[in-house]
Amino acid sequence: MDPSQLTLVQTQSMLRARQISARELAIAFLDRIDRINPDINAFITVDREGALRAAQQADERLHQGNATPMTGIPIGVKDLFCTENLRTTCGSKMLSRFIPPYESTVTRKLKEAGAVILGKTNMDEFAMGSSNETSWFGPVKNPWDPQRIPGGSSGGSAAALAAGLALATIGTDTGGSIRQPAALTGITGLKPTYGRVSRYGMIAFASSLDQAGPMARSAEDAAVVLQCIAGHDAQDSTSIRADVPDYAKTLYPRMDAIRIGIPTEYRPDNLLPEIQQALEKAEQIFRDLGAVLVPVSLPHTRYAIPTYYIIAPAEASSNLARYDGIRFGYRCQDPVDLKDLYTRTRTEGFGDEVKRRIMLGTYVLSSGYYDAYYRKAQKVRRLIANDFHEAFKSVDLLLTPTTPTTAFPLGDKIDDPVAMYLSDLFTINVNLAGLPGISIPCGTDAQGLPIGMQLIAPILKEENLLSAAHAFQTATTWHQRKPEL
Amino acid sequence: MSIQAETVKQVAVLARLKIADEALPAFVQQMSNILSLVEQLNELDTQNIAPMSHALDMPIPERPDIVCNANRKEAMLSNAPDCVDGYFQVPKIIE
Amino acid sequence: MAHDPLYETVIGLEVHAQMRTQSKIFCGCSTTFGAEANTQICPVCAALPGVLPVLNTELVQMAIKTGLAIQGKIRERSEFSRKNYFYPDLPAGYQISQFELPIIEQGELHVVTDDGNKKKIGITRIHMEVDAGKSLHEGIQGFSWIDLNRTGTPLLEIVSEPDLRSSQEAGAYLKKLRSILRYLQVCDGNMEEGSFRCDANVSVRKQGQTRLGTRTELKNLNSIRRCRCPGNPTLGRHLEHHPSHARQGRGPRLSLFPRTRSPPAGDSSGPH
Repeated sequence: MDPSQLTLVQTQSMLRARQISARELAIAFLDRIDRINPDINAFITVDREGALRAAQQADERLHQGNATPMTGIPIGVKDLFCTENLRTTCGSKMLSRFIPPYESTVTRKLKEAGAVILGKTNMDEFAMGSSNETSWFGPVKNPWDPQRIPGGSSGGSAAALAAGLALATIGTDTGGSIRQPAALTGITGLKPTYGRVSRYGMIAFASSLDQAGPMARSAEDAAVVLQCIAGHDAQDSTSIRADVPDYAKTLYPRMDAIRIGIPTEYRPDNLLPEIQQALEKAEQIFRDLGAVLVPVSLPHTRYAIPTYYIIAPAEASSNLARYDGIRFGYRCQDPVDLKDLYTRTRTEGFGDEVKRRIMLGTYVLSSGYYDAYYRKAQKVRRLIANDFHEAFKSVDLLLTPTTPTTAFPLGDKIDDPVAMYLSDLFTINVNLAGLPGISIPCGTDAQGLPIGMQLIAPILKEENLLSAAHAFQTATTWHQRKPEL
Repeated sequence: MSIQAETVKQVAVLARLKIADEALPAFVQQMSNILSLVEQLNELDTQNIAPMSHALDMPIPERPDIVCNANRKEAMLSNAPDCVDGYFQVPKIIE
Repeated sequence: MAHDPLYETVIGLEVHAQMRTQSKIFCGCSTTFGAEANTQICPVCAALPGVLPVLNTELVQMAIKTGLAIQGKIRERSEFSRKNYFYPDLPAGYQISQFELPIIEQGELHVVTDDGNKKKIGITRIHMEVDAGKSLHEGIQGFSWIDLNRTGTPLLEIVSEPDLRSSQEAGAYLKKLRSILRYLQVCDGNMEEGSFRCDANVSVRKQGQTRLGTRTELKNLNSIRRCRCPGNPTLGRHLEHHPSHARQGRGPRLSLFPRTRSPPAGDSSGPH
């Protein structure tokens, strides 16, 4: 059996029909990880023992007939979800030996459903980055071309899927960290509505923007994972109290009378021509599926990046104050006094990008600049959100490119933060507005690198995103392409 | 907008970080570039716009006043780099 | 200074009253005083990576009761913010408090001063916030030890207007306030255990002026008697004798950003 050829939904029926056991499946994936991970560095920690234990329990459940759709499914989890007794690093030296004494809600739900967690996937340090080059555990390589980045910050989760090292992975998205790497590695990645999935136990970057979501090989697979992790959680006050629909049941292969808005601001002149062409082809496919396409305007689009680069660092600088070397995590050697303990611990424990954002956040929150920067950004954030609310009065979905370019070479932008930030141009607005967005493959560039497109829906309309993506994937085969490894 | 090296040093003290002297010019330049990007927001008149602090405005759920956490001292101290007699130990705090 | 009839002492008090909830403000840990160190902590109050606060509603009820007792205005929508500073007994590196939108505003308290006069003292605001942990220093060479049991204990900070003119008035105000909190059964008022603590802002100005002079902050006046010490007719004097009690907070205080919201008073469905 070649595990890289399977999809989650196919595997479900194989497990149910007892054509394969969860244990055989787990071993096949663990062996493939052993063989391929050294080249792409998608996993920080592989939990062979835990995975085999979970697989055995899954086989028992399958045998007893009380399996869930996730029972026995081998998955990877981004290394910022706290897993009890399993190291959780957040891609940082600061937490390189942190063993959480508690479980995040997302991983608890996955474990309770019988999923088999193969390990913890690589990521940009504290989820700060768009290329997965800021990880203390080394960069992740794009399985389509190991000289290129896989995107970030959920780069390990994306690369693991593209390389066939798991059937689904969990990522998080603060400014595009699920959708951008999904686009650059040719997989499907969904950022749900802010509050759709609990943030409890998910290490915070920017609290008002962070959201966990599924990454998978198809919309159909992503629907199964979202079903498992979505829902209100008493331990997260910002998680939404709303019923979770049966996503798998709402998938529909046609899009008759669905109105799709094409925001003019998302087609800048410097957009890669192949991306422009891929989007035009995708538009035609949606028309063929019955959708109606209309131009719309989101006039404040260009303010999203400056807004984000005030709000996210501000929240991060406060969220990362707890890394002080006292209760957990890295501590500098032989501090001479308290100030030395704080300063050297944080200076040695954090990488450059994290320091840059803490500094930026500290600066914009410091007295004297608070109104000029933070308060101003919060106001512009409302203008950006209002643009979307206006647009959704006349359309059901929005269609945009996910990224302005395909995967760029390792080292290309790491010394130019502003250039790096601009690669999140099309995804950041969605986080600021709290909306759900999905990226799905829709073509390739001249070198065969994947191109992704983004669909955006109103608050809590994940099922509309999944259904539209499913319809597109029923009509196309881009999502089935795999890199040669 | 450009930011001065002195300001960057002061901010580093507030954030309990130290920027090495040789890294300072690049850091100053990068922060200046980011802040120039941010200046664009001043084009917008936001006088009558309410700040948005969260994506969704909703009432926060109620937690009843019940003690439900047991003593987990060992687990809570297990990650501490330095603890003595059940306390987290730090260099002397000088008031 | 205060003996000079041309000058008057102007005092405003900030009281921190621990609320008698069973569990902490944002987690299910016990608030019992005097337990073995670090036995009443969890990932939430010890600020481990990834945790989130969930507000104890009993605290909101207690704040509202207190607000009604001092005839304050109760905000239907109040907001928590973070006050960022580094200190070993503050595990998150920020205190969750209320800044722009406190739950109670514009209350008043009527006190009888020592000369038998009645006086109305304004209460600017009451807000909810978290208490910090404790540090031990004595007898430990070169180190301090941190006990986080108290971390996350709910506090009301009750801020008076600068309406007090003498240490006697300040003492009368504190006594009255403490008896109200005890009567409402929201605070045990035990100053020795630190469940009722007081900071004072003291300044001196010429009679008839409205502008306050240079302000001095007195921290942790841990008994009512200390505020009324007969040897020190004013708190300003008190400062001169005990300069170690004055300090300017704990280092840099950055601005705040909103985190969570409290539910509205008397409406469980909340703002939409």
